[in-house]
Amino acid sequence: MPKRTDINSVLVIGAGPIIIGQACEFDYSGAQACKALREEGYRVVLVNSNPATIMTDPEMADATYIEPVCWQTVAKIIEKERPDALLPTMGGQTALNCALDLAREGVLEKFGVQMIGASNDAIDMAEDRDRFRKAMDEIGLESPRSSIAHSMEEAFQVQKKVGFPTVIRPSFTLGGSGGGIAYNREEFVEICERGLDLSPTNELLIEESLVGWKEYEMEVVRDRNDNCIIICSIENFDPMGVHTGDSITIAPALTLTDKEYQVLRNASLAVLRKVGVETGGSNVQFGLNPKDGRLIIIEMNPRVSRSSALASKATGFPIARVAAKLAIGYTLDELSNEITGGTTPASFEPTIDYIVTKVPRFTFEKFPKADSRLTTQMKSVGEVMAIGRTFQESLQKALRGLETGMDGLNEMINLESEEAFEIIQQELRSPGPDRIWYIADAFRYGLSVEEVFELCMVDPWFLVQVQNLVELEKGIKGRELDSFTRDELYALKRKGFSDRRMATLLGAHEEQLRALRHKLDIHPVYKRVDSCAAEFASTTAYLYSTYEEECEAAPSTRDKIMVLGGGPNRIGQGIEFDYCCVQAAFAMRADGYETIMVNCNPETVSTDYDTSDRLYFEPLTLEDVLEIIAVEKPKGVIVHYGGQTPLKLARALEAAGTPIIGTSPDAIDLAEDRERFQQLIQELNLKQPPNATARTQEQALELAQAIGFPLVVRPSYVLGGRAMEIVHHEDDLKRYMTEAVRVSNDSPVLLDHFLSDAIELDVDAVCDGSEVVIGGIMEHIEQAGIHSGDSACSLPTYSLDPAIVERVREQTKQLALGLKVKGLMNVQFAVKGNDIYVIEVNPRASRTVPFVSKACGISLAQVGARCMAGTSLAEQGVSREIVPDYYAVKEAVFPFAKFPGVDTLLGPEMKSTGEVMGVGRTFAEAFAKAQLGAGVILPRGGRVFISVRDGDKPRAIEVARMLREMGFEIVATRGTKETLKQAGIACEAVNKVAEGRPHIVDMIKNGEVNFIINTTSGKRAVSDSSQIRRAALQHKLTYTTTIAGAHVTAMALQQIDQDSVNNLQDLHKELNG
Amino acid sequence: MHRSSRFVYLPEKNVSQPALLALEDGSLFWGVAIGAAGETTGEVVFNTSITGYQEILTDPSYSKQIVTLTQPHIGNVGVNSEDEESGGVAASGLVIRDLPLTHSNWRAEEPLATYLERHNVIGIADIDTRRLTRILRDKGAQNGCIVTGERIDEAAAIEAAKGFPGLKGMDLAKEVSTNQTYPWEQGVGRWSTSPIKHAADGHRFNVVAYDFGVKRNILRILVERGCNVTVVPAQTTASEVLAMEPDGVFLSNGPGDPAPCDYAIDAIRAILEGTEIPMFGICLGHQLLALACGAETEKMKFGHHGANHPVQELASGAVMITSQNHGFAVAEASLPATLRATHRSLFDQSLQGIHHTEKPAFGFQGHPEASPGPQDAAFLFDHFIDLMQQRCSA
Repeated sequence: MPKRTDINSVLVIGAGPIIIGQACEFDYSGAQACKALREEGYRVVLVNSNPATIMTDPEMADATYIEPVCWQTVAKIIEKERPDALLPTMGGQTALNCALDLAREGVLEKFGVQMIGASNDAIDMAEDRDRFRKAMDEIGLESPRSSIAHSMEEAFQVQKKVGFPTVIRPSFTLGGSGGGIAYNREEFVEICERGLDLSPTNELLIEESLVGWKEYEMEVVRDRNDNCIIICSIENFDPMGVHTGDSITIAPALTLTDKEYQVLRNASLAVLRKVGVETGGSNVQFGLNPKDGRLIIIEMNPRVSRSSALASKATGFPIARVAAKLAIGYTLDELSNEITGGTTPASFEPTIDYIVTKVPRFTFEKFPKADSRLTTQMKSVGEVMAIGRTFQESLQKALRGLETGMDGLNEMINLESEEAFEIIQQELRSPGPDRIWYIADAFRYGLSVEEVFELCMVDPWFLVQVQNLVELEKGIKGRELDSFTRDELYALKRKGFSDRRMATLLGAHEEQLRALRHKLDIHPVYKRVDSCAAEFASTTAYLYSTYEEECEAAPSTRDKIMVLGGGPNRIGQGIEFDYCCVQAAFAMRADGYETIMVNCNPETVSTDYDTSDRLYFEPLTLEDVLEIIAVEKPKGVIVHYGGQTPLKLARALEAAGTPIIGTSPDAIDLAEDRERFQQLIQELNLKQPPNATARTQEQALELAQAIGFPLVVRPSYVLGGRAMEIVHHEDDLKRYMTEAVRVSNDSPVLLDHFLSDAIELDVDAVCDGSEVVIGGIMEHIEQAGIHSGDSACSLPTYSLDPAIVERVREQTKQLALGLKVKGLMNVQFAVKGNDIYVIEVNPRASRTVPFVSKACGISLAQVGARCMAGTSLAEQGVSREIVPDYYAVKEAVFPFAKFPGVDTLLGPEMKSTGEVMGVGRTFAEAFAKAQLGAGVILPRGGRVFISVRDGDKPRAIEVARMLREMGFEIVATRGTKETLKQAGIACEAVNKVAEGRPHIVDMIKNGEVNFIINTTSGKRAVSDSSQIRRAALQHKLTYTTTIAGAHVTAMALQQIDQDSVNNLQDLHKELNG
Repeated sequence: MHRSSRFVYLPEKNVSQPALLALEDGSLFWGVAIGAAGETTGEVVFNTSITGYQEILTDPSYSKQIVTLTQPHIGNVGVNSEDEESGGVAASGLVIRDLPLTHSNWRAEEPLATYLERHNVIGIADIDTRRLTRILRDKGAQNGCIVTGERIDEAAAIEAAKGFPGLKGMDLAKEVSTNQTYPWEQGVGRWSTSPIKHAADGHRFNVVAYDFGVKRNILRILVERGCNVTVVPAQTTASEVLAMEPDGVFLSNGPGDPAPCDYAIDAIRAILEGTEIPMFGICLGHQLLALACGAETEKMKFGHHGANHPVQELASGAVMITSQNHGFAVAEASLPATLRATHRSLFDQSLQGIHHTEKPAFGFQGHPEASPGPQDAAFLFDHFIDLMQQRCSA
């Protein structure tokens, strides 16, 4: 059946901000869907609040709404755009939930919008645990023994039936959030209470634990003719009990016979048919008892998912693209398999001749108080995928691709220490983020495969592979570098050992090993991912390295630009950088270059095989990148767009003769090097907060006196404010220097005078070496001291004197020219009174580039890439800064709800996972929308609790007055109350937690407070008030921890009902008009 | 057969011997020997199925073929007595990228390596199987030779490869067939996944199954669907078969070229022309049915060997994913008026199914019995049952 002609326009709902459990995979799927629909001639209307996505580029849809993904807003968009159909399966759980809301609220019916890709009923059946279980019973698939509970009493009754350990899964939550495994009554109560609260339907599934069972996933696609295909099977390395997003996973499944695999296949197809997924992709998860093969169905997702992004990258079969085409009426046999050049149809099952390993990336170091044990609730923030011809090669490539300082199976613990065995047992039994490395340590310690298996229940097939690698490492240790024969070294490279890991084992340098390897003429070859195991010729250059005989890279002789990507997502380096890399690839391709992308993050648009002319799915280490460069010989390499990952390689790449284009690695270094940078600032007659660099603790204490407290302290060369703190006293500094960082000559600590209550600015600019154009000037809402990635900001500025902004403009230009920037540059300023301080300069793509681009209607990243390639700004026709008449506000989104116990207080260390953008005619409207997009429901009235530190009291008066005028009642802690009283503002006093009951937390728990303003500083006050913030988070109360945030929230409340919806295309027309 | 420990650890390369795979075009692949020692020749083909190496090795259709598996790890799940498709290993040799250090599966009874040795199968591992596959894809199936041992003569290996006569014109069906008639009683057992169609009144159909190299799963499925199955040798005559008063005649899969199997073609033609007995042919059996009706077969470039092949039912447009294993095919252009094309491959548009226009006879080129591979086409067995049912009721 050809495509449907009864619909002309389709509304696609995106996933909103990046959060744990929902990352850039939905930009990948959404972007594919938009592309697929538009090439069929449909008008595409898109809504997604996340500006850092490729899908929200104005070229991707006909009408792009960067608006909150909530039914009320989407209803307005529907009313305005009148789409014929709604595709809800591309934006994760967020989009599905929004679509269900729209259906329930009658919006779809009212405007005659048809849901395509998944029906209301199918979504509901897959999501409603009880219905799903009954449906599975009907097709003869066993579910874990379980029952639904809506209260604690019901929960206890179910628990009695299923026993301990007990798995608790709240319904309708993201990434299984709020769930967990309880081994005792206390844990059971804690998890159930949290789960009941988090579930929008106050519903829990309590079930028998399958801990230790094997876990498999099947990616299935079905069309309206009931043609069903399996795209990929995935086997989890970590047995049941660890969320699949937190598990190491392998494709294809390796430990099933054909008979067992076909049982899984048939079951998966039966599930899709039963649930009623008529078109599109779904993911079905199974548990299997390794002792007798008993099969249990765990769950299914009637939409594209993280796993389908992985399966797409693992096989070369673009699930989201195909799913979008099926949704509009095509059948699989009418679509072609594009990776083979369209010679074969999409109605086949991909087969692969390599092993794919995905390893999650965690950031527990950002949340020291979070529980790092892995459970059924997802905690990882990113992932890396690697392709190798064997499991060992693919695993080792993935481990070094993580960029956590590991080059392979590095040692975790000192095996000689007394606690060694205890630690190993603990880490194997109760998995944390590093279990794979502890398994290697267990073998080093001398445990047998049986013993390790008993502890971790990981399939012995995988354990033996790890054990073998550990044994090979033992054989490397202690040898002389020159003693390796070609055969020996080649055999080790075939097992995936990195040069670095082998060098470390030999006590040598990576360069020495590389030199030896090259002397012995050992180089990787590149094989193609083609979806068919070479049965058909592939026209697509989707490549991975391995050590084999035949290389299929077949590089061309065209002029090429290579873009190095950002690797796995992490806090501080996420989708924004992938956005920039993709833009660079687009621009260079448009300018006639052949484009080459190198990246290892399966969630991204950059690793879509048609984003660039050639894709190398490889770890971003020096070794891996140099080998690709040797094969491709690019004319230029862009290292500035992928965040810290490629930037770290810049110097070494340059030294190896790589033609890095754009701002020179030396200029990057100048900007990062405090002492060199200080010199530049002085030469330019600019101002910096007093600062210094300390290489020892003594030196730090001495320099601190000269600079003056408070101080911002941090290690050099970090992104996202890792280990950054504000210290107010010498004692704090001492503690910081001893506990928080290891200071040395190679890794000095930077000290900056902290500018209290200054306003921070972020400026993005682009320079071609002689001209500078400002991309955007953003005023932070939170005052200086909050990491720029965590702070909301407004473009244009909303409170600054234009004269100051003009000076900021001038200084930015001076800095760009001073640093000889060729490409993008980001500057952070702090404004205090009339003084402008330069906080830092980064001559590279910044996190704010996509936001600025969406707000100002110009792709800064593309302009920057063209400057790098030698096209001047004048030649590009880019000559002036665009300052919109409307306001765009960016707001950060935090993972606190996933990490119970972590303080929600913002500080200099970045903690947000994603961002949203709100656009409005006034600053307040834009801010209100950004809040809504971030999931914050601003209170329309009721009671506000105010407790602020002394420094904030003057501004608190103004905020309180605004809130009073809107009819809020005010309660305050004693000190704040006094201040407000004196200012003539009526308010009631409430006890702090330490002052006796009833106190503020009691009020929160009783639902007597609607809005919390709580600013605090100093260790004691912070810990005293942390219970307030925790209670606020738990009860989903709107809270703010900065006085500036409180102020703009009050402003937004004044205008909350004046919001309209705007699409980017119309907004950008105003700019050019 | 002993049940091995879950934690078999095969020390790597301690006992391994070098091995060489040589192709008739002169391509050489050095690797390590797995399985038995010695020399073997055959037609080298590749199979892209990710699972099912034991079924593939024991499928009699691989007779005189050296099979390379594109999935790099082969041996992960060991071998077991349940997953055999015949009484032994039929393939002439095995070519893989990696024989894993251990196997892991709850049904495993023996490691693949010792199984190969026990069955005297020569294999080679640690070679660039993708390079080999690309050669076979571009140049077509090649004759090849695997030699193991410390002293291997490359030139001699290439000569041996060239010396293999090739499968065209080679009648292997009668060689791999049973030499006596026997009843088959085992069903699918716990692996039954599709709803089973029995005769309405519980009647059991007598099916005579020609063994041209039959896979056991075909017989198991027939039993499962209520048939009394009698397996007969390839050269059984039509009159011998008719004397058994069958309700249906089944024509099995098998190795080699169908064209020289005149005994089978004659028998099929005689049954077809003289009776109204339903007939169902799979793979070689399908080709023989076509030949008996006057169609022609041809050798394919590198054939179809895999578990992911899309086949379209022409009447409904429905697509099923099928298991395939054939190097010869029926030329659609040669079909006589009495044969109607029912299925086509969506990979290369080659003919995949035929149905007689006047007689209750049909054939399918792929493997509806799967094993290994998807079971999407299993319903074809139901059609066979339906035809027998109709004839009984008539």
